[in-house]
Amino acid sequence: MGIETPNGFKLDNSGKRVVVDPVTRIEGHLRVEVNVDDNNVIRNAVSTGTMWRGIEVILRGRDPRDAWAFTERICGVCTGTHALTSVRAVENAIDIKIPENANTIRNIMQLTLQVHDHIVHFYHLHALDWVDVVSALSADPKATSALAQSISDWPLSSPGYFRDLQGRLKKFVESGQLGPFKNGYWGHPAYKLPPEANLMAVAHYLEALDFQKEIVKIHTIYGGKNPHPNWLVGGVPCAINIDGTGAVGAVNMERLNYVSEIIDQMITFTEQVYLPDVQAIGSFYKDWLYGGGLSGKSVMSYGDIPEHANDYSASSLKMPHGVILNGNLKEVFPIDHRDPAEIQEFVTHSWYKYPDETKGLHPWDGITEPHYALGPKAKGTRTNIEALDEEAKYSWIKSPRWKGNAVEVGPLARYIIGYALGKPEFKDPADKLLQDLGVPLTALFSTLGRTAARALECQWAVRQLRYFQDKLVANLKAGDMATANTDKWSPDKWPAEAKGVGFTEAPRGALAHWIKVKNGRIDNYQCVVPTTWNGSPRDPNGNIGAFEAALMDTPLADPEKPLEILRTLHSFDPCLACSTHVMSPDGQDMATVTVR
Amino acid sequence: MAVTETFYDVIRRQGISRRSFVKFCNLTAASLGLGPLAATQMAEALETKPRTPVIWMHGLECTCCSESFIRSAHPLAKDIILSMLSLDYDDTIMAAAGHQAEAILVETKEKYKGQYILAVEGNPPLNEDGMFCIDGGKPFVEKLKWMAEDASAIIAWGACASWGCVQAAKPNPTQATPIDKVIRNKPIIKVPGCPPIAEVMTGVVTYITTFGRLPELDRQGRPKMFYSQRIHDKCYRRPHFDAGQFVESWDDDNARKGYCLYKMGCKGPTTYNACSTIRWNNGVSFPIQSGHGCIGCSEDGFWDQGSFYDRLTSINQFGVELNADRVGMTAAGVVGAAVAVHAAASVVKRLTTKTDA
Repeated sequence: MGIETPNGFKLDNSGKRVVVDPVTRIEGHLRVEVNVDDNNVIRNAVSTGTMWRGIEVILRGRDPRDAWAFTERICGVCTGTHALTSVRAVENAIDIKIPENANTIRNIMQLTLQVHDHIVHFYHLHALDWVDVVSALSADPKATSALAQSISDWPLSSPGYFRDLQGRLKKFVESGQLGPFKNGYWGHPAYKLPPEANLMAVAHYLEALDFQKEIVKIHTIYGGKNPHPNWLVGGVPCAINIDGTGAVGAVNMERLNYVSEIIDQMITFTEQVYLPDVQAIGSFYKDWLYGGGLSGKSVMSYGDIPEHANDYSASSLKMPHGVILNGNLKEVFPIDHRDPAEIQEFVTHSWYKYPDETKGLHPWDGITEPHYALGPKAKGTRTNIEALDEEAKYSWIKSPRWKGNAVEVGPLARYIIGYALGKPEFKDPADKLLQDLGVPLTALFSTLGRTAARALECQWAVRQLRYFQDKLVANLKAGDMATANTDKWSPDKWPAEAKGVGFTEAPRGALAHWIKVKNGRIDNYQCVVPTTWNGSPRDPNGNIGAFEAALMDTPLADPEKPLEILRTLHSFDPCLACSTHVMSPDGQDMATVTVR
Repeated sequence: MAVTETFYDVIRRQGISRRSFVKFCNLTAASLGLGPLAATQMAEALETKPRTPVIWMHGLECTCCSESFIRSAHPLAKDIILSMLSLDYDDTIMAAAGHQAEAILVETKEKYKGQYILAVEGNPPLNEDGMFCIDGGKPFVEKLKWMAEDASAIIAWGACASWGCVQAAKPNPTQATPIDKVIRNKPIIKVPGCPPIAEVMTGVVTYITTFGRLPELDRQGRPKMFYSQRIHDKCYRRPHFDAGQFVESWDDDNARKGYCLYKMGCKGPTTYNACSTIRWNNGVSFPIQSGHGCIGCSEDGFWDQGSFYDRLTSINQFGVELNADRVGMTAAGVVGAAVAVHAAASVVKRLTTKTDA
């Protein structure tokens, strides 16, 4: 039985049901069910967030200045982005202005996260969807070296280097203990790389694992640790003392040099390893352009990385801001986070209750009453789900919509919007990559496009890091050492009631927190996060979200080994701990189970 | 048929000689207070035993523990994964998914019954029949208990598995529960922190695989080697505390001079962890060094001890030099008052010295 969704997808759940649970190589817990037709093409997709933590109710009644630490623990992969969003929300509510240096250091922290997250995502969460580790064993190290040297100047590229690595890999495989590579879909027909490209990619998988730990040292210097660096309402916690008494206890010349050195390494790795790898791998898969989903229709980006402190207008934001609807790249709509009619969350198909589930709620007025129940057509039992009923409630993720529209968020959305706005820093590299691969602009609207946009964005981010670190030094040279504004540190100086919103672009996409403050305490706190947008279930009108849309119409070579499903889901870099944390005060009254 | 690689094979492959290997076994046996016979037994065990399988499961969590683990500088995460143990299941990095991933659990339970290490990141929620965390269509708590049955030992990674962490902060809506409350019959080592320090995590794992037993634990189940002293005890800003030199306001002159953060709410005096010694990310810094007080993230219930910016005060008890075991008997907050007295005493002492001078 086929139905057409308002956002233009034909769903048919009559074919064989394929379940992937757990979906691995993501943050958190995700389940996916699809129906395939007789040709093993996906004709219906059901994405389910399968965890829920309730951070927001925990925040009620607490000190707003502490909220960054709680919300930071929503996610340890995109560590820091929730904290930044939170301090921005509090500063917006209380009208606290931060110093220029604080804005610059926050940008450096956020860009560092983007680079780290994109590199780890590509190599450690996504690459194995394209790279066959076992095939690398039959590569010729000399030919691998020639391949590597033809695409990059990266020095680790000699025949001996690849021979040694291959030897190590061989012994590992022969040990019979494959560790994290156990039971992968090795030899699957959807793998297209020659053995040499596989060996090169495995080498870079291991190199990236070593390198990523260097990147985060920037968080350690400015924030004290990573994961979960420290933040501060009103600025940043790290005081600056370049050369005075006690400078060793602050950000000093040595620390600035340390950051600068890491940025140089990030630029080199991104430009000599990450980008060439994505382009090389992409060249073997450019005929596999499935997975576009909503990207060719509706995308959204809040924008981020303000050039000027306290100015979050589109003109100050270096990441693009806006919404594109129905594939019309000629019009980019602005977003107003405070308008109750724009961003709303629905729960018709989510395990929550609303008084009126045909309507959505703006986050400031958001309520979240959990209500776990399977639909009548579900198979299995309440605690042993075999198949879900997507006509009923089926996910711990809510359905956020922008003016009723399901949108995709993330690096590809940002690139499409930057492209539509004609910003050369986004348009030119995208055009060049498309040209080098010999594919049209529409190729961007795909799984591979999402993966490519992330790599391009990483290059943009490393250059911005250089820019902001230099900007910081220039500002210090001009004599401005301020890192925090403490005028309104004490809640005694706050209005009795206030509300605010803070937003960022997390590596995975648009993120915002809405806060209400009453008598110096949190009265209400709501987060709407990237994977809530992308992983959302259907809304009351039947619009499907970005994950579900992207899986549609993809052929599976072998439904028993649904590599193509993983490939497309991973291209979003899903973060489930982020997406499924909302909670209302009603949660306090839920039934409890006695611990033995 | 694939040959199973032993610890001995691995170190030989890495260029370590037979002679060095025997020496390692002798030294290890000696350091454990064992005789030469034990050294021989150890050598034999390491030569014939396959790499220890590790099953790494995720409950309600944020994955910061996994992220921290891969930051390890010594040993490198790469070398641990390839050579030191066999990370056969870890949702976050494993290639397999769906039923191919589930099959690994079944196989490990049978093939390595009583031999594998279960590492747990996050915790099970018990409300809603456990369905606030669903894995393979079932409550995570079921899968956790099932895999715990045949594990040799269990590692509770981070504050979530050890204490409950943020989702268990009041009012704990999902009833997120530390794993030692649902697994009662297995040795559990707690490695708290949000997250734990990378080298602490790899230190614990390599200790277990190298010595074949859990490290010495305190009464709360934490390894003494990393959690027996307070951050305050080894903090490089401690002399400023003793001298009564404090940061009074963010970004003031004292902050720029690196004075003590006690008055800004630093929880270093009540927090048992290795941050001020091992530091973070290969020793680059730690929270206090970068200007923010310790928030106490390795302590039980640290989310519910008031604001992170509240000064430790209010309880009237002396005895600052309590050790971890004794503090473990009482609430973490108890030390607070003692510290306040301690701080006041330090100032008095300084003033006295000045007067005398």
